[in-house]
Amino acid sequence: MKLKMFSYNEENTFVHRLSGVTKLLCFLILSFVVMYTYDIRIMLLIGAFSIYLFKLSRISFKQVRFLVMYLLFFVALNGVITYFFEPTHGNMLYGTYHELFRFNDIYVVTQEQLFYQVSKMVKYMCVIPMGLIFFCTTNPSEFASSLNHAKVPYKGAYAVSLTLRYFPDIARQFTDISNAQQARGIDMSAKAKVMTRLKNTLMVISPLIFSALDRVDMISNAMDLRGFGKYPKRTWYTYRKLGKEDALAFVVCLSFVALALYMAIFVTNGRFYNPFI
Amino acid sequence: MEPIIKFENFSFQYFSQKTATLKNINLAIYPGEKILIVGPSGSGKSTLGNCLNGLIPFAYKGKISGSLKIKGQETKNQNIFSLSKNIGTVLQDSDGQFVGLSVGEDIAFALENENVGQDIMKQQVRKVAAMVDMDRLLESSPFELSGGQKQRVSLAGVMVDDVDILLFDEPLANLDPATGKTAIELIDDIHKQSNKTIIIIEHRLEDVLHRDVDRIILVDDGQIVVDDKAENILASSILKEHGIREPLYITALKYAGVDIKPSMKPAHIETLDVSDCAQKVRDWFIENKAQLIENNNEPMLELEHIKFRYDNTREIIKDISFMIRKGEMVSIIGRNGAGKSTLSKLILGFEKVDEGKIICDGHDLVEDSIMERGRQVGVVLQNPNQMLSKPLIYDEIALGLRNQGLSEDEIRERVENVMKICGLYEFRKWPISALSYGQKKRVSIACILVLNPKVLILDEPTAGQDFAHYSEIMEFLKQLNDNGQTIVLITHDMHLMLEYTPRAIALNDGKIVKDGSSAEILCSKELCEKANLKETSLMQLANKCGIDSPTDYVTAFIEYERKELR
Repeated sequence: MKLKMFSYNEENTFVHRLSGVTKLLCFLILSFVVMYTYDIRIMLLIGAFSIYLFKLSRISFKQVRFLVMYLLFFVALNGVITYFFEPTHGNMLYGTYHELFRFNDIYVVTQEQLFYQVSKMVKYMCVIPMGLIFFCTTNPSEFASSLNHAKVPYKGAYAVSLTLRYFPDIARQFTDISNAQQARGIDMSAKAKVMTRLKNTLMVISPLIFSALDRVDMISNAMDLRGFGKYPKRTWYTYRKLGKEDALAFVVCLSFVALALYMAIFVTNGRFYNPFI
Repeated sequence: MEPIIKFENFSFQYFSQKTATLKNINLAIYPGEKILIVGPSGSGKSTLGNCLNGLIPFAYKGKISGSLKIKGQETKNQNIFSLSKNIGTVLQDSDGQFVGLSVGEDIAFALENENVGQDIMKQQVRKVAAMVDMDRLLESSPFELSGGQKQRVSLAGVMVDDVDILLFDEPLANLDPATGKTAIELIDDIHKQSNKTIIIIEHRLEDVLHRDVDRIILVDDGQIVVDDKAENILASSILKEHGIREPLYITALKYAGVDIKPSMKPAHIETLDVSDCAQKVRDWFIENKAQLIENNNEPMLELEHIKFRYDNTREIIKDISFMIRKGEMVSIIGRNGAGKSTLSKLILGFEKVDEGKIICDGHDLVEDSIMERGRQVGVVLQNPNQMLSKPLIYDEIALGLRNQGLSEDEIRERVENVMKICGLYEFRKWPISALSYGQKKRVSIACILVLNPKVLILDEPTAGQDFAHYSEIMEFLKQLNDNGQTIVLITHDMHLMLEYTPRAIALNDGKIVKDGSSAEILCSKELCEKANLKETSLMQLANKCGIDSPTDYVTAFIEYERKELR
C-alpha cells in the first residue's frame, strides 16, 4: 500500500533494536568515510556492508522503490553533467592518460575518467541504502527521545518526531485530494503538458495545506491539554538505554574510519586509490 | 455539598468576534454528577467546554468577565496545565489527538510530561489500559485501530492523570451507531466505578440517553435555556424549538397525539411506560399505513462480481454485485473497514478492480481512467475543504468545465444554472473563505453537479453536522433527487438512511449482508449486528405498543414525516 511508503516499519531485528541516536551517528560516520575516501575498494566494502544491513533489517524493496528510482536518476544525471563539464578531470587526478576512444576534439573517453566517475557513482550508491535504513528502522518517538538525551531540547526533538509520524497521513490525504481533483477533469497524469501539470498540482497543494493547518491546530490543542511543555524536562515511554549492540555498532563504524585513514596515510598516500601507476 | 464547577455571571467574547459567545452563564455542577450539554452548532456549547479545560484563554484568546471556579479555585488565575490536573478532555476527533505512535505511548503522553520514571509509567499505562479494555493492544499503531478503539485510547490517555472531571467533546461524532452505543456504555461504567464528574457535550441526544444522565443542560445563543432532568425536558417541546433532534420514539408519540408526561419515564425507550398511550399509537398506525413506491426505472449503475485486494493482503471486497436504478437515492452502510469507502474508490477508479464489471448507463467503466469516469460518476468528499482550491465560488465551480475546453459563454450558463439549483446564486461574487461549512459543502456539491454526472456519490455528507445543518444538506440532496439525479450516499448515520434513502445496501467484511429497505434493516437485530448499526427505537416502540409489523410502522412514520411536515 502506498501509505506505508518510507514510513517506519516495526520489526525486531538487530538494526531495529539499535537506539535512534546510534543509527544517526553511524549513518553520519559511514557517510563521512564514504565522502572522504576515493578508494573504490573501501567504498565497495561499505556498500556491500550496507546492502547486507538492508537485507538484515527486512525492508521490502517495494516500499522504497519510488525513492530509489528517483535517487538513481539524479546519480545518473550527475554523471552525465560531470563528464560534460570536465571530460578529463580523471586524468588530472591520476596523472596518466589512457585513451579508449573519442567523440570529437573535446570529448574523449579515458580509462582514468571512467574510473573516476565509477568511483564517484559508487560513493553515492553506498549512502542511499544507509539513509533508507535509517528512515525505515527508526521509531520516530524513540529517535526523539534519544535526541533529547543527546541534549537537543525536547520540543525540537518532538517536532521532528511528529513530522515523521504524520508524514504518511499527509501522503494519504494528498492521494485522496489529487484523485478527487482528477475526477473533476484536472489532469495530473503524464498525458498533460508539464506546465499544466505543475499548475494543476498546485490545485491539490492548497486544499492540502488548509486541511493540514486544521490538523496542526487540533494536535497542538490535544498536546496542551495533556500537559506538553509544562516542565523544562520530560521523560519518554519509548526511550532505550544504549546497550551492547549499540557499542558493537559504533566499533564497526569506527573501524571503517580507521581503515579509511590507515589506507589514506600509509598505503595510497592520499584519498585516491590509483591503479594507473 | 460544594459544587466542583461553578459559573457565576460568566461571559466570554472571542477577540475575533463582535458579540459575546457566552452570555451571563450561571451553572453549578456537583462532584460525581453526570451532565449532558446539548445545543445546536454555534450555540456556544463547545466554547463552554473550552472554558472548562483551559483552552480558553490559553489557546483561544478573548475577554472573560464573571467567575468560573473549579474545585473552589478561580480558573482565570490558573494555567492550562494546572487545570488539566483536574479535568481531562476527550476531544471529538480521536484521530487528531492520537499523538503517540503506539497505544502505550499515547496513553503515557501525560505521564511523560509529568516526568514520571519509565518503570512506574509502564505500570500505570498497563493499569489504565486495562480499564478501557485496551491492555492487549499496547503495541498497536493508530493505523491498526478502529474508531472506537482510538477513542478508548484517548480516554485512557486522560484518565492516566487521575483527574476528577472527565469532559467529552462530541464523543459520538466519528463513530458508527453500534460503536457509539458501546462508547456511551463505557463512559457510564467509568462513571459508576470511579464516581468521577462526567460532562458530555453532544447533540445526538437519543444516543447519549442510551444510559442515564443526571441533568441535561440546553445551551443556545450563548445562554443556558434550560437545566433540568431528562424526563422533564423530553416531556416538553423545548428541544425541538432550539434545533435539537428529539429521540425518534418521542417524535412518534407526539405524532400520535400523546401528551408526554415525566411520569411516563420517557428518558429511555426501555423505561418508557406505554400503558396509557399504546392504543393511540396503534390507532395512528392504522390511519397512516403507507406503501413504499417502487422504482422500476432502467438501471443506472451496475456492479457485477467486483473483487479487490491491496497487494498481497486479504481480500477487501469479496464478490459484490448490486444494481442502482435511475433516480434512486441509496445508502451504502457498514462499519469502518467494512469496505464501503473502498467500494466507492473502485467505482471512481481511484483503485483498480481485480475482477468484475462496473457498468454505468450501459457502458463498462473498468478500463476508463479517473478523468473519463469523472464524466459519468461524480464524487463529493467528506470534507469540503479538501475539494476547494480557488478563491472565488464562480471560479471553483467553473474549474472542471474550463478543463474540458468549453467556451466561456457556455461555462457561464452552466455555472449560473447550477448556482441557482444549489442556492448559491446570491453568493456568486463571494470569496469561498467567507462561507459557512454548510455553504462550502454546497459549493463542493455544485462543483461536481456542474459536470452533469449520471451518478453522484457522497462520502459521509453530514458527518459532524448538527440537526439544522444536517437537514439543510439532506433536503438539498432530496430536492436534487426529486429532479431525477441518481444519488449514492456512503454513511453510518442511521437517521439519514432511514429518513432519506428508502433502500440501503449493508456491507460487512467486504460482502453484502443485505440489500433492501432501510426500515427493514433497522428493524432486524441480526442485520444491525452484522452492519454495526443499532435497531431504531421506533421498532422498540412498535413492539411495546403491540404492533405486529414494526417495519411497516417505521415506513408509516417516515412517509408521514414526508407528507405532513414538508
